[in-house]
Amino acid sequence: MNSPLFSTVLFQIGPVPITQAVLTTWGIMAVLVTGAYVLTRHLTSAPSKRQAAIELIVATLDTQITEATGAAPAPYRGFIGSLFVFILIANWASLIPGMEPPTAQLETDAALACLVFFSVVWFGIRGAGAAGYLRSFSKPNPVMIPLNILQSLTRVFSMFVRLFGNVMSGVFVIGIVASLAGLLVPIPLMALDLLTGLVQAYIFAVLAMVFIAATITNGTPKPQKDT
Amino acid sequence: MDYIPHVSIICATLAVAFGSIGPALAEGRAVAAAMDAIARQPEAANTISRTLFVGLAMIETTAIYCLVIALLLLFANPLLA
Repeated sequence: MNSPLFSTVLFQIGPVPITQAVLTTWGIMAVLVTGAYVLTRHLTSAPSKRQAAIELIVATLDTQITEATGAAPAPYRGFIGSLFVFILIANWASLIPGMEPPTAQLETDAALACLVFFSVVWFGIRGAGAAGYLRSFSKPNPVMIPLNILQSLTRVFSMFVRLFGNVMSGVFVIGIVASLAGLLVPIPLMALDLLTGLVQAYIFAVLAMVFIAATITNGTPKPQKDT
Repeated sequence: MDYIPHVSIICATLAVAFGSIGPALAEGRAVAAAMDAIARQPEAANTISRTLFVGLAMIETTAIYCLVIALLLLFANPLLA
């Protein structure tokens, strides 16, 4: 049984070792980019069946973003949508025989969580200005500044450990059951894994959205009410 | 006598076993409360279930921390290196 904390190195490019997860990630990226390019090449105002299906996906994403942030979804659609689609496809990559989901490795999840951390800073500065973003750390009280800084780091940590733990435990359990019982027995567990993969992709995207929204609403000064 | 591997295995089991009790109880309570709320207000089901998912993810994190500790003990034990 291989340890889930170490990854297999396939080959090296110069001094950089290329692991299996990195190779799978490149494959997923290629599929996503070419798929998005091919599907959106001929967009018309009277949508065909294919375009209507894609518009349905985008509209669902928009509704979710609007409900979570209460803002117009346009600035966040690209980032949140790519996060969700990438994690979903990465989690479901285990359906292809011989492939392991790249999200079952710590490095991929850490990279995704770093993206979320930087995007929170970026959207916070863009929404409220640098001063407004820094001021959001002193909400609701200046006493909370160290705790707020700590929280902004630990929530990113918990995000990637959550994704890693869920996906990796699924892969691990299937590996153990397959080595014990073999044919057909792991299939119900794999079906459960599909559900877990979908829920984890959804949770990752929703949490990223919630963090961004919290920064924006904390940074903007509230209208003063005279009571 | 080298007792560290044995102790690590026992402690990993204990971490997962006891670490999953709290989140299990908490998630049960959260889902029960959400069911209650949806039964009272079916029209708010979307908002409630989204908040429920985020809350469940937060609760689940504690169990996953225990799992990570157990994996560290089993596969990347610093005391055994």
